Amino acid sequence: MIRGDPVIRGDRGTRPPSTGRDYTRHALGTIGRATLLAVLPAFFALPLLWLASAPFDAHPSITTSVPEFTLANFRSLLENPYALSSLRNSLIQAGGSAAIVVVLAALAAYALSRVRVPGRDALLYVLLLLSSVVTGTAAMVPLFELATRLNLIDTHLGVILTLSGGLLPAAIFILKDFMDGTPTSYEESARVFGASPLQILGHIVIPLVRPGLATIAVWAVANVWGSFLQPFILLRDPGKAPGAVILYTLYTEGGAPRLDLISAFSLLYSLPVVVMYVFVSRRYGFRFHGGIKR
Amino acid sequence: MNTDAAGLGRGRAAGFVLPAMVLIGVFLVFPALWTIYLGLTDYRLTGLAAANPRVVGADNYTAALGDERFHRSLWLTVQYVLGSAVLGQAVLGFTIAWMLRDRPGPVKRITEALVLLAWILPSSVVAFLWIALLDRDEGTLNALLHTPGFAWLLDYPMPSIIVFNVWRGTAFSMMLYGAALENVPPSQLETARLAGASTLQQLRDVVFPAIKGHVLTNLLLISLWTFNDFTTFQITAGGPEGRSEILPVYIYNVALRDGQLGFGAAISSVVLLINLVFAFAYLRLLRGRREAVTS
Repeated sequence: MIRGDPVIRGDRGTRPPSTGRDYTRHALGTIGRATLLAVLPAFFALPLLWLASAPFDAHPSITTSVPEFTLANFRSLLENPYALSSLRNSLIQAGGSAAIVVVLAALAAYALSRVRVPGRDALLYVLLLLSSVVTGTAAMVPLFELATRLNLIDTHLGVILTLSGGLLPAAIFILKDFMDGTPTSYEESARVFGASPLQILGHIVIPLVRPGLATIAVWAVANVWGSFLQPFILLRDPGKAPGAVILYTLYTEGGAPRLDLISAFSLLYSLPVVVMYVFVSRRYGFRFHGGIKR
Repeated sequence: MNTDAAGLGRGRAAGFVLPAMVLIGVFLVFPALWTIYLGLTDYRLTGLAAANPRVVGADNYTAALGDERFHRSLWLTVQYVLGSAVLGQAVLGFTIAWMLRDRPGPVKRITEALVLLAWILPSSVVAFLWIALLDRDEGTLNALLHTPGFAWLLDYPMPSIIVFNVWRGTAFSMMLYGAALENVPPSQLETARLAGASTLQQLRDVVFPAIKGHVLTNLLLISLWTFNDFTTFQITAGGPEGRSEILPVYIYNVALRDGQLGFGAAISSVVLLINLVFAFAYLRLLRGRREAVTS
């Protein structure tokens, strides 16, 4: 590898421009790059500034401005009947989905990893394919119908089951990879000493793959926490609606929007997602989360 | 790993797999098939056809294919996917990854953090942030540009949601190209540079051939996601007068807001079909790459 070669290293960027045209091109390139490096972060930061300033502004307006600092906006959350209860609903739906996804995916992934089933890999690929084809957008009509017939409209369970069905294939796929990577020798020796398969799963396999289970749980929670479409079509009672839906109704329904409430709620509702993202990416890097986000 | 180390046996293994398969079957596979069936009926949310839906055959499908509103929606969706995903996110994501590739320090960290934040925040939150940014009377953008009273979302709804989606989704392309660029041998770039190749020539002759597979993967995935994205509903709801009514919003408005479930299901089937094409293209791509690796 020439990568570390000091001669070539030292040459980088110091090569004197040989002609006037080269020099102009070089200068323009540098200016262009510097401009882009300033403009791009500004473009991405601009819409976010409001979320950073308005929640702490004594007189929040739509325009982003330096706040006249206060925490009073967060008190408005307590006065609204739906704000805090919607976060509780988000928690129920996200926690419920994560529990179902982790338990069912772990069982399935373990069996698929350890027992030879004909067509196993093809099955996994087809499921993964399905989960990216049958999106909430494409299936909103039958999902609404299904929930109506199963009496799942206006229930947390309806939202939980609908979202879990979509998350399971990717979860099984990833956990199977995880289980394939763990040695089977512990299981074999436990079996020699007469442990039952469920004991082996509980005492040996689960502790070994715990990081994978935690990641899947966080990934599922983050996914459901941000989901809007499914709870929006499956829930009519605002008392059951999660944060995503309540926030939408706060700025679309009735009169002038309460900016103190919207800004404080947006921030509070966003924070868990950011924390979870940092957790997952610290442990497993971006690629894991990026590859399967939908 | 096919040794059955825990002594599960086929029967118990099936028992372990079954619950997950039932849930996937009921809430993923069945809805897909049902979409196609519902598309063949005159099913409605309310009224006579709600109680006794009739099978009307391919009527909904032919009606949809001949419907002007559907045509417009399809065309808007093409603009949305090409504009915001293929041109916007992919190009911007690559540009950022390329500029930051060997730049250590705070500029890289801050830029990446901002791009990522736009991607991970919940859709309801970013939708309102953009409504606030583009507000006609008090929006920050009008304040910055000194264009008070300019109604971005009313006069330019499509450009607005396209720019919004570029902002929203560039992070994935940035990360994917960032990882891909690490695989381009630095020695080849140095050689090209020493030979006097301009940046564009380096990109065309050295970088692009090395990351071709990543580019295809990236374009397929972001197109599929953008095609199915419902976030713009929370910004424009398809308005004004349907001028930003891309397919996901169109389906919602027709089926669940106006109650024409059968007709909406027919359009959903079209979306399913297009998704399937994307997915098969992606699968072929993966298989091709695996064969290239093993051979």
